[in-house]
Amino acid sequence: MTPSRRDFLKIAGISTLSLVAPAILSPVWAKDKLTIPGGAPLTAKRWGMAIDASKCPVGCVDCITACHGEHNVPDIGNPKDEVKWIWQEKFSSVFPHESHTYLRESQAQLKLPVMCNQCANPPCVRVCPTQSTFQRQDGIVMMDYHRCIGCRLCMAACPYGARSMNYRNPQPFIAKTNPDFPTRTKGVVEKCNFCDERLVRGLKPACVAACTKNALVFGDMENPRSEIRLLIEKRFNLRRRASLGTQPQIYYIV
Amino acid sequence: MKLRNLGKIAAGILIFVVLITFLFWYGQGKSFLQPALSLDTPAIAQLKELRCVEDTVFMRTNHMKLLVTWRNGTVREGNRLYTATDGRIFETKLSGTCLKCHSNKQQFCDRCHNYVGAKPNCFSCHIIPAEVRK
Repeated sequence: MTPSRRDFLKIAGISTLSLVAPAILSPVWAKDKLTIPGGAPLTAKRWGMAIDASKCPVGCVDCITACHGEHNVPDIGNPKDEVKWIWQEKFSSVFPHESHTYLRESQAQLKLPVMCNQCANPPCVRVCPTQSTFQRQDGIVMMDYHRCIGCRLCMAACPYGARSMNYRNPQPFIAKTNPDFPTRTKGVVEKCNFCDERLVRGLKPACVAACTKNALVFGDMENPRSEIRLLIEKRFNLRRRASLGTQPQIYYIV
Repeated sequence: MKLRNLGKIAAGILIFVVLITFLFWYGQGKSFLQPALSLDTPAIAQLKELRCVEDTVFMRTNHMKLLVTWRNGTVREGNRLYTATDGRIFETKLSGTCLKCHSNKQQFCDRCHNYVGAKPNCFSCHIIPAEVRK
């Protein structure tokens, strides 16, 4: 039997309603939805950071304390086994090719915060045999500690010494464990992750949030109107060993 | 070819077969005490419906696969929320989500894992909250 035009329209109408209805009459449990506590996630096409170390007060380690506390970075107290995500170096160590004998004294004495450069062309990602280190869509060079076999090829590849190996179990050396972030175990390499776990909660990286002098500026390098882009267009800046072609995304205002 | 050592060969094969099938006949007919898992935690007591992320049968057989999916999704793809089949949404955290309800790791996770001799290395890095560890 062929349905009449009227019946066909009825069936079509009911079918359409049944498609739309679940969206309007949402089930009770759908109201029980959970969002990650905090604001909306921060997203970018390519994350980057600008550092104006001339704003850093002498002896200030707020960014280091905040980062290492947040990420359960152990303080082993022995330079051979040292694990670090962010630390300080002299100008001549950070920029060996740009420093010379007649450097302004304030510049020569300057201690710059250094960390993983979150390279756009990261050599550590290229050499990692297990793809434990990988690059995210937003440029963050991430580590999947689950896959790290501790071969340390990435440490050899990184021209910035930004990676640390856990030569021993780090847990006894963590002064106060942050329960919201896992620790690492013996035999894995670790480094700065640009606080991906904070970005997803809508928070800026721990070092940036901890800096009271606004010496660290974090933002989207691909957005021409972002604070960081306006800053680095205005002030002269250097990147560490840019001639190597790693395209580091930490910009030092000098 | 003449089989001069037929007796020794047959005995060897017999011993081999007995050993290789040991696992299949040793436990036959004996009854073993299954580990009793405790759900007696404050967080579980407050639940209206006694349901884990997915239903119990699924969780019992597939919790490891679920955790691996959560792990890879979180670290490698950045998906930190998981939608269960009944529409509820969970944050994909081991210490934060799983151990929040199962805050009696020793009476829950460890009992089965010790019984079957499965030693996952989750907790060599992931933190066991102080109230769970005691």
